[in-house]
Amino acid sequence: MTGPRTFFAKIWDAHHVADTAAGAALIAIDRVFLHERTGAAALKAMAAAGRPVHDPARVFAVMDHIVDTRPGRGDQTLMPGGQAFITETREAALAAGITLFDVTDPDQGITHVISPELGIVLPGLTLVAPDSHTCTQGALGALAWGIGSSEAEHAMATGVLRLGRPQSMRVTFTGQLAPGVTAKDMALALLATHGAGGGAGHVVEFAGEAVRALDIESRMTLCNMATEFAAMTGIIAPDERTYAYLAGRRHAPPAFDHPHWQSLHTDHGATFDREIVIDAGALAPMVTWGTSPEHAVAVDGTVPQGPQRAHEYTGLAAGTPIKGTPIDAAFIGSCTNARLSDLRRAARLLKGRRISPAIRKALVVPGSMAVRRAAEAEGLDKVFADAGFEWRESGCSLCFYAGGEGFAPGSRTISSTNRNFEGRQGPGIRTHIASPETVAASALAGAIADPREMMR
Amino acid sequence: MKRFTTLTSRAIPLLRDNIDTDTVIPSREMKSTGRTGLADGLFAPWRYADAAARTPDPAFPLNQPEAAGQRILLAGANFGCGSSREHAVWALMEWGIACVIAPGFAPIFQANALRNGLLPVVLPAPAIAAMPWADVTIDLPAQTVACGQSVHPFAIAPEPKEMLLEGLDAIDLTLKARPQIDAWTARDRALRPWVYPEQQP
Ligand code: SF4
Repeated sequence: MTGPRTFFAKIWDAHHVADTAAGAALIAIDRVFLHERTGAAALKAMAAAGRPVHDPARVFAVMDHIVDTRPGRGDQTLMPGGQAFITETREAALAAGITLFDVTDPDQGITHVISPELGIVLPGLTLVAPDSHTCTQGALGALAWGIGSSEAEHAMATGVLRLGRPQSMRVTFTGQLAPGVTAKDMALALLATHGAGGGAGHVVEFAGEAVRALDIESRMTLCNMATEFAAMTGIIAPDERTYAYLAGRRHAPPAFDHPHWQSLHTDHGATFDREIVIDAGALAPMVTWGTSPEHAVAVDGTVPQGPQRAHEYTGLAAGTPIKGTPIDAAFIGSCTNARLSDLRRAARLLKGRRISPAIRKALVVPGSMAVRRAAEAEGLDKVFADAGFEWRESGCSLCFYAGGEGFAPGSRTISSTNRNFEGRQGPGIRTHIASPETVAASALAGAIADPREMMR
Repeated sequence: MKRFTTLTSRAIPLLRDNIDTDTVIPSREMKSTGRTGLADGLFAPWRYADAAARTPDPAFPLNQPEAAGQRILLAGANFGCGSSREHAVWALMEWGIACVIAPGFAPIFQANALRNGLLPVVLPAPAIAAMPWADVTIDLPAQTVACGQSVHPFAIAPEPKEMLLEGLDAIDLTLKARPQIDAWTARDRALRPWVYPEQQP
């Protein structure tokens, strides 16, 4: 008999196929998800090497990164050379016999949004994708992590990956979030206090009262930024909410009545290699000031002393209050914060109001076409349009800059995304990341604003 | 994969923390679905005063004359964070870098590097601070980095070490375990049938 085990250890042990001669492990991979940015490269390389996909029924692909998000889109994109990524992924996916969610598929959307929506990711599974934000899907109780193209080939060709066992960490959020404070702020607070390298080498289980209280979509927001923490991934043990969320989804099992589903949690008395405890009740809405997600402060705080390069890039000196910093653009989208609940919360602030004339570009890009349809059924598209936001088709859009469409040169942008790196949203673009409600409040004010002051 | 045993080169310093893969190779520099043609876009936002015109910034370390032909890059903490793009590794290797020494690496970059024969070496920041533009020798079998009179040991897991030394292909190696994988899958299919959908028609 084994002693008490962590949730992570249970998934790892259940997928352990064999040890390798040199002390690594072969870990079975239940699902592989590809997108057109890196998927064609992996599939084409396999085809060139004469290696078939081991089990095509467990491999999925979607067009999300390069695909246009302007209405009426097709294979054409503004990104130079972008069309080839779409057509080559389509050809390679067809040839390999995997499931593809193509440009005009009603289920199209960002990988990490549609995988849960369709019940492709399930508690207790291993799922990999050549995309760093695969950790998002850990919110459903799966061990889901980002890999490179070569590893994706490996997983598709063999059904396993060769891995060293990571360490385990538990991040416990105690207490209750105050109104206007969200999962995004929890993630940014963790990064601000423990650093962008703080999770290196670890699988992070998010736990505690404040995590249990999050709906499934917010749990995805929290797990999404585990990669910003340099963790292998984040994971949240499934509960009644998880199974209620997954019930009836197309690729999910018809029922969750097998005893297996009840075993997926950390046993009482199990120990972690590291533990972090954060008081969620003390958190405020957070916003980044610099060029790493760890450069985050409370929206009513001041810019701390950071690397000189970061201050120069964003043009914000230490000691400056972050609130009131004028902005030129606003972006609500990405696998971090573009699900229905995110759009609802932003729309609640925007309803009946107009964004500041100082804002030169404001976009809302739903995380999936299903989110888009659900939002339209509630009239959210009109709320956004009336407020001055463009309402887009689903995709990654300006979460990252691929050439083609961009923000005006030199724009200071507030974004519901996960990365504020130099140039992430375009050359010279200065990105401040925040929750959808902070983005909405800031767009209304034309400057970084505290959403709590505009809530009603 | 290319074999890696020992390497001596001058070390090019790029001692900034949290260098992300968007900066190593920006998305707009990944112009095709292939793995080549990337060296020109390596560090494009920093390396060129004007990226479109490809005007080099003479102050950037990779542009300095003594960097030409060198194979070791020194970096700050959490190197390779951000996007999982393996293009970051391919771009570095195509430019000529064979080893990056940093106080820490983002996990996906580290795994990508090891799979391609680019050696990521973790050393404490003070040791790295003594190395800019010095001749540095990496000895993978001995797991040491030598610079002047100092010799620093470094850690690497046995499996990636062996694969680098032998230049092994991970997929070929794993396919030898096909019978074990199939046996495991057959057992698991009975335990967790929901994992295995029927093949789509
Ligand atoms: S939305 Fe942004 S972070 Fe998410 S997968 Fe797309 S590009 Fe990556």
